[in-house]
Amino acid sequence: MAEFAQFSGTDRYIADEALMASVNAALVLERPLLVKGEPGTGKTLLAHAVAETLGRPLYSWHVKSTTKAEEGLYTYDVVQRLNDSRFGDADVSNIRNYIKYGPVGLAFDSDEPVVLLIDEVDKADIEFPNDLLRELDEMAFTVRELEETVRAKQRPLVIITSNAEKELPDAFLRRCVFHFIDFPDRERMERIVHVHLPTLGPDLMKAALDRFFAFRKVAGLRKPPSTSELVDWLTVLVASGLDPASITEGDPFLGVLFKGEADLAAAVDKRRGRKSW
Amino acid sequence: MFVDLLFNLRAQGLVVGVGEWTGFLDAVGRGLATDLDGMYHLGRALLCRSESDFDGFDLAFAKTFQGMEIADDLREKLEEWLRDAKERTEGERVPHEFESMEDLLEAFRDRLEKQKERHDGGNHWVGTGGTSPFGNSGRAANGIRVGGSAGGRSAVATAMERRWEGYRGDRTLDLRELKVVLRLLRSLAHDGPMELDLPGTIDATCHNAGDIELVEKRERRNRLKLVLLMDAGGSMAPHAERVEKLFSAASQMKDTFKSFEAYSFHNCVYQWLYKDIEQLDRVATSEILAKLTPQHRIILVGDASMAPYELFSSYSWPSTTTDAGIDWLRRIKQRSPAAIWLNPDPQRFWQHPTVSAIGRIFPMFDLSVQGLKDGIKKLRVPH
Repeated sequence: MAEFAQFSGTDRYIADEALMASVNAALVLERPLLVKGEPGTGKTLLAHAVAETLGRPLYSWHVKSTTKAEEGLYTYDVVQRLNDSRFGDADVSNIRNYIKYGPVGLAFDSDEPVVLLIDEVDKADIEFPNDLLRELDEMAFTVRELEETVRAKQRPLVIITSNAEKELPDAFLRRCVFHFIDFPDRERMERIVHVHLPTLGPDLMKAALDRFFAFRKVAGLRKPPSTSELVDWLTVLVASGLDPASITEGDPFLGVLFKGEADLAAAVDKRRGRKSW
Repeated sequence: MFVDLLFNLRAQGLVVGVGEWTGFLDAVGRGLATDLDGMYHLGRALLCRSESDFDGFDLAFAKTFQGMEIADDLREKLEEWLRDAKERTEGERVPHEFESMEDLLEAFRDRLEKQKERHDGGNHWVGTGGTSPFGNSGRAANGIRVGGSAGGRSAVATAMERRWEGYRGDRTLDLRELKVVLRLLRSLAHDGPMELDLPGTIDATCHNAGDIELVEKRERRNRLKLVLLMDAGGSMAPHAERVEKLFSAASQMKDTFKSFEAYSFHNCVYQWLYKDIEQLDRVATSEILAKLTPQHRIILVGDASMAPYELFSSYSWPSTTTDAGIDWLRRIKQRSPAAIWLNPDPQRFWQHPTVSAIGRIFPMFDLSVQGLKDGIKKLRVPH
């Protein structure tokens, strides 16, 4: 395995064995890596960590509900061209000037191998992943206006993240290496926190993690606090210079952990020992 | 041996196609997995499509490689641990069952030799639980505990833990997942009023070298009309929470449907349906029937098990009436053929006469994410 084990986590990112196996499989098999997991478990961070370890530049494409698959490849700015033809002095006869590559196009066009992150692929329309199938399979697309095919000079490592808001099509899943980021257990969480806040004292760490894991058990939370919220919370706690004991008694700054009003109320109820509904 | 894994996976209901399988073999062939641990992680990455597949994968993996691991990998670890244990127990009291530490170790090796598979419980073989002097979590007065400091956990042991059971698609009923599934239930059509397609117009105009060209399009709308009929009370009480989840998922999404209505009934549909769970606000079933069209999609939820007379004779709860429950169900099916029944009871209870009678009218599915998914396929293409 040694010659393939190119990814093994970074100083800033804690990777487990399963994750390393998935990333390396994606590298060797040249397939996209699909990363799923609860919000805030570090899906996007993973792409950054992989790019950092491999020493490759990262191209990010943040997908929104209105994103069309084609935008990732290229856009043809017809409006600019029309404007130039009437009022400007640019060379409008060359369509090439009005073709702009999207993140996928840029990644294909790059001379060195890159990491391409397609973030939150499930935000877009249900057909979106299917529209990208051929491009990601063949690592090529056609610019219709120029009748030219853009082929990846160096096959990029594609990392796709999903929050499971929409079901992804089977044909798409079949082509991906799948990785699910499990919620970290206490020991791993301590390591993660340590990476982010190296100076954190053991008392504060223990008190905060005790509360944190207790809060995650509160029934009926719409969004249980996750790693990123914990790190934010700890940062605030450190900055406030509170005594670790007061965390257990006072539950300060809960608004950092719980984003919804109902969740906050449920957490406060729990602290007072009432049953939360 | 590898082929066994493939068939075990398929037996667990994982959709492993030729593409995935050859990809997996290719990866193994290229040296991506040199031991069982590596194989476990690699297999999960390449052969699972979702975390709901993980539990099935764990089961299949454990079944395929259980014996093998005892034969190679685990034995090595045990022997290593034995040396370790010997050092630690030096000077401690020798277990009374054996003359000396040497004897105990000898017996351990001997049993390991003869042992071909994993044992849980029992009083002889190495395994977990039980009263054998060898193994983990056992209750023997003395002996060797296997595990603990033995180093990395083995892949089969990890697989045996079944940590992912909670993610199984056929068990869970998560609100968001339900919404994801319900979203499949849409039939989009451009049948709204005409509106100016601004991006289309700009595009067309530009392509037209600047001569204004207006483009109109119809608004895209979901035409789907959903009716949810839920059994409430009686034998359904233990399932109330799950039915409620389905109801909240559907009602939170009602804006995306053209119409969404939900009614409750008791036992079976009779002449009245109720707008509330407490069954105070009632509507005549015939009134609702009259509104149903073939375009409606009906989801009925109930355990479908009742006394036969409650379904087949002219009985109704709470009042008396002339039509049998099964007649009302047939009428619903007649008005809106795209109808399914979701049953919260496990399938082994579906042998009940009233359940199978209802199952002949409405295709019946589990009340689970997987069941709803299968059911929705049926709703989209009823024939």
